[in-house]
Parts: sequence; structure tokens; C-alpha cells
Amino acid sequence: MRVSVFFTLFILLLSLSLFAQEVTFLAQDNPNDDGEAIKLEWVAPVTIFELVLARSEDNITFTKIARVTPLLRTYIDDENIEDGKEYSYRLAVINDEQEVEQYYFSAATASAQWFNTDKISLLIMAIFLASAIVYFILHARRGGRLYIRKISGLDTMEEAVGRATEMGKPIVFVPGIMDLDDMQTIAGLNILGHLATKVAQYDSTIHVPVCRSMVLSTAKEIVKESYLRAGRPDAFNPDSVYYLTDDQFGYVAGVDGIILREKPAANFYLGAFYAESLILAETGFESGAIQIAGTAMPTQIPFFVAACDYTLIGEELFAASAYLSNEPNQLGSLKGQDVGKAIIIVVLLAGVVLEMCGVHFLKDFLNLH
Amino acid sequence: MKIFERFLTIDRRIIFLLIFIGVALPLIFMITFNLEVTENVQSVYELLQEMEPGTRILISFDYDPSTKPEIQPMAIALLQQAFTNRLRVITTALWPMGVQMCNEAYETVSAEYPDIEYGIDFINLGYKSGGMVTINHMAKDFRSTFPADAGGVPIDDFPIMKGIKNFDKIGCMISLSAGDPGLKQWVMIVHDTFNKPVAGGTTAVQAPTMLPYVNEQRQLIGLLGGLKGAAEFELLVKKPGFATKGMGAQSIAHLIIILFIVIGNIGYFVTRKQQDTIKSKKP
Amino acid sequence: MRRQIPMIITFLVGTLIIVSEFIPHKPFGNLSTTLEGWFLIISGFAIILGQLSLFKVNIIKIHRRTPNWQYYIIALVSFSIMVLCGILWGTQQQPGLLTVREGMLNFFGYKPFDYIFKYFFENLSATMFSLLAFFMASASYRAFRARSPESTLLLIAAVLVMLGRTTIGSTLTGWIPNSLNFLQLPKIASFIMKYPNTAGQRAIMICAGLGVIGSSLRIILGIERSYLGGK
Repeated sequence: MRVSVFFTLFILLLSLSLFAQEVTFLAQDNPNDDGEAIKLEWVAPVTIFELVLARSEDNITFTKIARVTPLLRTYIDDENIEDGKEYSYRLAVINDEQEVEQYYFSAATASAQWFNTDKISLLIMAIFLASAIVYFILHARRGGRLYIRKISGLDTMEEAVGRATEMGKPIVFVPGIMDLDDMQTIAGLNILGHLATKVAQYDSTIHVPVCRSMVLSTAKEIVKESYLRAGRPDAFNPDSVYYLTDDQFGYVAGVDGIILREKPAANFYLGAFYAESLILAETGFESGAIQIAGTAMPTQIPFFVAACDYTLIGEELFAASAYLSNEPNQLGSLKGQDVGKAIIIVVLLAGVVLEMCGVHFLKDFLNLH
Repeated sequence: MKIFERFLTIDRRIIFLLIFIGVALPLIFMITFNLEVTENVQSVYELLQEMEPGTRILISFDYDPSTKPEIQPMAIALLQQAFTNRLRVITTALWPMGVQMCNEAYETVSAEYPDIEYGIDFINLGYKSGGMVTINHMAKDFRSTFPADAGGVPIDDFPIMKGIKNFDKIGCMISLSAGDPGLKQWVMIVHDTFNKPVAGGTTAVQAPTMLPYVNEQRQLIGLLGGLKGAAEFELLVKKPGFATKGMGAQSIAHLIIILFIVIGNIGYFVTRKQQDTIKSKKP
Repeated sequence: MRRQIPMIITFLVGTLIIVSEFIPHKPFGNLSTTLEGWFLIISGFAIILGQLSLFKVNIIKIHRRTPNWQYYIIALVSFSIMVLCGILWGTQQQPGLLTVREGMLNFFGYKPFDYIFKYFFENLSATMFSLLAFFMASASYRAFRARSPESTLLLIAAVLVMLGRTTIGSTLTGWIPNSLNFLQLPKIASFIMKYPNTAGQRAIMICAGLGVIGSSLRIILGIERSYLGGK
């Protein structure tokens, strides 16, 4: 009898101790943040019904913050956490009958980091790319020779403006449907500056219907400055740059109407486009205009290629302004981009080979968390 | 030979007319073709088929009216399968117009299932901005993320929400997604953290980008891609709808386009041959 | 100074945002989000500029009786009606200045703004979107000619994907046994979309990303000044 009681107690204690050993709980500062979060981690058997997390600032009074499952394993506490303050945490193990079986405690101090170590690979790549670009800019400034391949669409710009002047028809420039925070819009507007200068020199007319109000202000300024630079401030018409609507299909309906009524000699579609790209390009084709398009949206490039005379694909749109200016400074940056491309190709190939060999360190290193 | 030259310069109004006829007739007369169900669509169907009646599933309506023709038929077919199998459906939206899409889908399907009760078998929790941040909050505390349904009624009043604190008690998650935020974010949280099955429906354009997630790790159980995916799913649930009609129209339209491409190329090759012959005859 | 001040601001803000991407510590951590918020606020006010431009351009055309000037009146009237409906009676989510009478609600089934949005605007948008089907056909007819080996490859791929993405593709090659199922049109179409198409798209995205970096650096360093209207 005594032996059996002792044996039962032993088994109970053993299983309790095993149970106790199987749960680990740790609170630590959440890495790579601004000191406003603490990371809680636990390992617990999946058979546990529920876990309750509570927090205290004085290690006496605990306030519940979350009910979690054993499966979750991690919880980021980012509610009212102050940088530099210590917080105590309690993990309560709850059974089927909603009773607390055990408590576990841990404490941590939130702190802000000055460098996000998860982004080290991004920093290295950015430094490489920026260095390549800056090197070639300096190389170009020192008189180094640079070869840049021809981009037909841009070489045709002057011809298109000349054609418009001869025919007495206007030019339509569409800077995309996105706002100024999209780099494609800015690239398009950069080209507008060059184009508007030529339009001013040739005494032609330009229509710039825009989809966003911020783009309206910027485009107007650009066209005005271009006329000024060409020595034709009197020829600038402020109503040549106008706003239609923010709505995608309302805008394309408006631009189509302009193209069909004005019958331009040349259409330029340079910026970010979505589904409306083919509608614009086909309507422009119908009007008989020469069409030059450029976008970095991979899904829209095929439509422009099919329907336009010339298409700037992806990076050609961003290179256009540098190409048109022909300034060594700017052309140097194009060369730097090409070096960047070479670096990426090497890394890609190395990654593929390493992955095939089962070595994952490069993939893990380049993975941004 | 002039006819071949004409092949090169067909008036586009003729093309438009034929496309119009090719799209309209199948829609009006319900002309359909045999459809084979692909593996990815079959997987989504089997995922729901194997669930016990009463299981709660989460469907997120992450699209807007511009992609409604492709994705709404998927939503309707999914609800039909869920209600047929007496699954309980909790819906959310990460896109503002997704709420309206959800309401329209529910209105369409609930007419076929009069026994289905709002609050017991179905609930619309409405839209929440934030994308990934919202999904993270749902994972931590579902009830504080959605304290009330789309109509403003506290979720504690609805039996379907009883016991839901995170994704633990959710049988599976399906995201009907037209872009970002959408399916990718759901996979990252619901599958990668909670290990719950996730399936999705996307537009045809987006489907290739999501296919890599249908892998050995089963990050996505299956994927409905575009109108074809929706039509295949309608075939499986045996309730042909807009997608099935649309596939007939899409097939005919594609055939017409291919026909014109062939005509154009015939004209091109014949006239080029003629020109080459003329050039070779010149002294 | 007129151009130098914007260039200095561009340099400072651009550099700060790049640096803040790597520094979580305050005040850098939330800098991007804060600046994005400022942009949204400014663009909200800028909407007024856009509407004024819209009015001005249309009124000038009506005043000058340019050809089809009547349509510009329609544009202004529709714009005004939508704005008034939204302000007076609100939308489904937002109340307006006036409460919606039951008679109006029973007649339309929705508030006036929502009614016009659902039955006019949505249908007009869908109509413009549907033009794509027609234009796709005419563009394909014109563009897919076997002028060179590359265009022939493009043509073949296009035809395979078009057939494979429809029921006709399944019907045409459904008889092929499972052991040779890679020859079935839907499988070929999926292969083309999943591998060459995705590879091409990713290559364009990578190069475009490099283009953005190059372009941004030029702007931040003040080498590119076209956006200021100058050389």
C-alpha cells in the first residue's frame, strides 16, 4: 500500500516536473525597432488548452494583454511600451476547466536600435549600386568616354515634333495615371520638360491632360519653364496642361475624346499605366498619330509594344531624361546602372548554383525580414 | 490576289462587330463548351468538401468592382459550396469595396438557401484598412480587430463568432484577391504562423504570380485563376453561373482573334511572296 | 535661389528617407510614414486645384463656343450634380447635410449619390473597360505578324496561351493521354505563363528597379533638374 502510494506520487511529481520543464517562456526586447515593442516567446506542449499573457510595470499588478495558443509561440507586445522601461511578463497555463495550472515569469526592457540588422544585405547592395553609379558619374565628368546604345523612341521625338509642326496638328502627352509619388510619373515629367522645349522651339502645340492634381501643378511649371528656356514665354498657354479626373476610366475616356477631336500628329504615353493602356494606344492609332510609349509596368508593356510605333521598356523610361540631355553626368549614371545589373546577374547565378547544392546562406542573407 | 491584300487591311469595325457577336451570342444563348477541372481548382473544392458541417471558414473579399466579372463568380460558387455543406462563413474585406462585393454575393446566394441565417451561418465583418497589420491584429486578437459586424452590431451577439479569438478555430481561410493587400499577406500569417489551410482566387493576370505558393509546403492548397478557374469551380459545385457563360464567350472571342491573326498572316505571306517575285523579275 | 532651395530640400529629404530605412530609432523610424502622410494631406488640398482647372477649362470652351461646346456643359452639370448629391444627402457610409426622405429612399432604393454611382458611373466604367476586348482583337490582328523569328515566336506563344486559357484548348487536346499531358494546351499555356512570362516580367521589374535607383540618385544629387523645369 505504502509502495503504491509512493509510486503514484512519484509518477505524479515526475509528470508535473516534466510538464514544468516542457514550457519555456522568455521576454526580450523586440529587435530592430524603435523601442516600442517587446517580444514574448514560449515553447509549450500543444495539448495545453490556452495560455494567457499578462504584463506588469511594477512586477506586482499584472494586466492581461492576450489569450494565445501554444501553437503561436511568439507574441509582439507593442501596446503602450516605452523605450528604456522595464516590463515584467507572466504566462499563465490554463486547463480545460479554465483554471490556472502554472505561472511563468520573465522581464525585459524595451530599447530602440540605431541600425536594423535585418536590412544589412539591403545596405550592402545599395552601397554597391550607389558606388557604381557615382563612380561612373565622376568618370564621365573627368571626360571618360561612355557608350550608350540607341533608343529609337527617343531619337524619334524631334522628328515627331517636326511632323506635328508641318501638319499643323498638336501633340498629346499623357504622363500616366499615378501621382507624383510614383517614380514613373516623375520620369515621364522629366521627358515632358525636354519635349516641351522642342515644342516651344518648333512653335507647335502641346496638350497635357493629367489625372492627378499634384501632377497638374508640376507639369504646368515644367512646361512653362521649358517655354521660358526656349525663349518663347509668350507662346506658353497655361490651359495646355489641364486636369481631367482622378478616375482611371473617366480619365481614359477624356483622353480618347481629346485624341479623336484634336487629331494630334504625335502621342506620347510616358508614365505608369494600368488597364487603360491599350484603350489609349488603339484610339491613338486610329487617329493616325505617331505613338511613343514608355512604362515600367510589366503587364502593360506588351500592349504598348503591339499598338505603338516606339516603346520604352522599363528602365529605358528612367534613362530617357539622361539620354535626351546627353550630359556626361547623367549618362554616367546609366553606365552605373548597367554595372548594377551585372552585379545582380552574378548574385542570381551564384544563388541558383548554391540553392541547387543545398547551400542556403546566400538566400537567407538576402532575405529581408 | 487582291483578296490577299485585303486581308492585310480589314476594317477594324468588322473585327469589332465579329467580336461583339462572338461575345454576345454565347452569353445570350448559354453556349458552353466542355471544361476540364484542373488540379489547383480541384484542391480548393476538396478542401471545403472534406470539412465537417458546422466548421467555420474565413473568406476575405479583397477586390473591387473592376475585377468583379472574374472574381465574383468564384465568391458565389464558394458560398454555394459552403452553404450546401453546412459550413459557417465569416467574411471580411481588406479592400473598401470588398464589403459591397460580399453583400452582393451573399444576397445572390442566400436566395437559393432560405435556411441560412445571418449571424448563425454567415456574418460580414466589414472592411478594415491596414492590410498586413490588420491580419496580424486578427491573429493576436480577432475580437478587438472586429468588435462589430459591417452593420455595427457587436459580434458578441452572433453565435457564429462564439469562441473566435484568433485563427485557431477557423477551419480554413480563402482570400479572393485582385492585388495588394490580398492573398500573399493571408498566406504569410494564416498558413506560415497558424498552419491553417489557405486557398485563393485571383484574376488571370495575377494567377502566375501566386502559383509558386502552391507547393510542397502547401502554403496554398489550391488556386482559382481568372474566369476559367471560376467556371471550373462552378462545374464542381454543379451550379453553372456567370463564369460558365463567360467561358463560352471567352473561348469564341479567342477563336475569332486567332482567326484574324491567321488571316492577317496569310495576307502578309502571300503579298510578300508576290513582292519578292516582282523584285526578282526586275532587271 | 529659386531653383537651389528646391534642390536643397530634395537632397535633404531624399537622404533622410534613405537613411531612415535603416535606422529604426526615433525620429528616423517613422519618417517615411510621416512624410507619406504629409503627401496625402497636401494632395488632398491639391484636389481643389484640379477641380478649379477642370471648371476653368470647360467654362472657357463653353464661352468661346468651341465645336461641341454643349458637351462641356454636360460635363459641368454632371460634376455639380454628383457633388451636390454627396454633400446634401451623403452616401451609404457618410451622412449628408440633409436627411434622406423615405419616399426618395423607396423610389431609388439608395441615396441619390449611391444610386448615380451604381447605375451610371459603374456602368460607364465597365463600358470603357469592355472596350479592351475589341481593341485587343484589332491590336492582335495588326501586331501578330510573322515578320521575323522573334515575332513568329511571339505569335506562336500568343496563340498557344489564347487556346490554352479557354475550354477549346481542353477540348482540342483532351484526348492526349496523361503520360503525355505536358502536350495538352492548358498545360502548355500554364507553362508559358509560369516560366518564360514570369521570367520576362521579373527581368523587366529588376531593371526598372535599377532605373528607379539611378533616376532617384540623379534627382537627389541635383544632377537631374528637369522636374524643376530646367536643364
